Amino acid sequence: MRTEPIAGPSGPPVPVARTLHWGRWVSAAVALAVAGWLVYLVVVNPHLDWGKVAEYLFNDRILAGVWVTIEISVLATALGLVLGVLVAVMRLAHNPVLSALASGYIWFFRGTPVLVQLIFWYNLAFLFPELVLKIPFTMIGLKWDTNQVMTGFTSAMLGLGLNLAAYFAETVRAGIQAVDRGQTEAAYALGMTPAKRMRVIVLPQALRIIIPPTGNEFISMLKTTSLVYVVAGHDLMTNASQIYKANNRIMELLIVASVWYMLMTAVATFLQGRLERRFGSDAVRLVRGGGAAARVLPKVAA
Amino acid sequence: MNPGVKSAESAESGVESGVEPVVLASGVRMGYGGVQVLNGVDFAVAPGEVSCIIGPSGSGKSTFLRCLNGLEPVLGGSLRVLGEEVGHTLRDGRYHPWTPKEFAAFRKNIGMVFQRFNLFAHQSALENVACGPVHVLDTPQDRARTLAMEHLDRVGLADHAHKRPHQLSGGQQQRVAIARALAMSPTLMLFDEPTSALDPELVDEVLEVMKGLAAEGMTMVVVTHEIAFAREVGDRLTFFADGVVVEQGGPRELLAAPAHERTRAFLSSVLGSEDGRS
Repeated sequence: MRTEPIAGPSGPPVPVARTLHWGRWVSAAVALAVAGWLVYLVVVNPHLDWGKVAEYLFNDRILAGVWVTIEISVLATALGLVLGVLVAVMRLAHNPVLSALASGYIWFFRGTPVLVQLIFWYNLAFLFPELVLKIPFTMIGLKWDTNQVMTGFTSAMLGLGLNLAAYFAETVRAGIQAVDRGQTEAAYALGMTPAKRMRVIVLPQALRIIIPPTGNEFISMLKTTSLVYVVAGHDLMTNASQIYKANNRIMELLIVASVWYMLMTAVATFLQGRLERRFGSDAVRLVRGGGAAARVLPKVAA
Repeated sequence: MNPGVKSAESAESGVESGVEPVVLASGVRMGYGGVQVLNGVDFAVAPGEVSCIIGPSGSGKSTFLRCLNGLEPVLGGSLRVLGEEVGHTLRDGRYHPWTPKEFAAFRKNIGMVFQRFNLFAHQSALENVACGPVHVLDTPQDRARTLAMEHLDRVGLADHAHKRPHQLSGGQQQRVAIARALAMSPTLMLFDEPTSALDPELVDEVLEVMKGLAAEGMTMVVVTHEIAFAREVGDRLTFFADGVVVEQGGPRELLAAPAHERTRAFLSSVLGSEDGRS
């Protein structure tokens, strides 16, 4: 907006008038009034005990739940990312069997609700009471009790990780396909095998497209972990629900849980912004630009 | 087939009897989706020869070049490059199709330069040149970088070794691409319209590098629109149209006195703007 005086027709400069944004003032007033009213209703609500909210915000079980939620989120996301790249590469393979397997995997895990998958893994013992890993026709191998392996934590990690892999595989596939075909031809012309071309030339470039959405997947995962409470995974939501089932302070504990989820999301959003700034804009800086992520990532890819 | 086509085996082919040709194509056919692109190409290249291919767009000249290193599959006829039938190995009385590994091993000895450079976008110029030796020949990193620097120096780009492709001009990118191909010490170099994507003032720097390479005795097949280059540097000139070789011969003779109407029509349209230079 111009603030400098403009030379008038009669000679001396004439100041510029300020524009009054009436629409902004009116909408701000309405928004403030409505938001204030809603906050007022909640804050002064006689059925809501803010003392309990403060009391449970730093409760040991809540803090332990926050920690488990972070653990499950990180591990399930890591599992999903690694497996997702694998499934995507299989999906694009010339081998029709591998490609069909990958398509089947994606269809199955995107086609069933994640809640169903969580309950399935948790109750795997109904189908297979024992998990056996042994060399066929011998007695050499290992055996576990399924119920001891499939705790709430492991079934949560498996269920969420396998599910994310199916979605993430499609992101990776798009990233790989977005890399110019000429890069593949140049790699082949140098004498690279298809696998080497993928690892050395295509995947490092596809990362530029793949990395920004991973932040989004992680943020989404933080909240999806709340489903884990159906298999008692001792995450934030499990622990909060166990407390409110005992003391009936449902609203207070939902507020406590929400505060923590929002805090975790805020931190993750901040990290996502940094990730995107580093990798999102420049095709070239993405892999070897310097900085911590750039030092780690090319090794993952190459 | 065109009655006037001179076959690759004729005395004019430049391939003397007794010397194994680097490329020997006879009746090569290729097509996709029902469209025939190559209708029986006869073509030969002797060791140390610079063979230029010209022709209107859509004539199949680029496709033929891409067949030479197996980037496109040959569907009929015989194509022998560096003593091997491209894509197949004769064993126990049958031709066995190559695995991706066998294709890769074959291509190590053939350098290729593309119209659109195709430098690896995530690597510096130096890394591009060192890439083949490091990942395909298993040359140690230090040695590969030293060699890469020498190759960059040769194309006059040692000062730009650490720049990314997008920081280089088109001409510089294409010179890096040539250095990248040379770093594999190929016995045959393929050029697919190497100057067609360049601004006019950048064409000469690339052609200079190619002239130097020709002077050193590199065997080269060059698909090009640079008639002046073909005349000056080429040992042989081949005119492609509609997926066949219409005529071939020494560049000066062919350009001075084309035998076929097709060739005459093409040359007059291309040379129309170039008369001052010839």
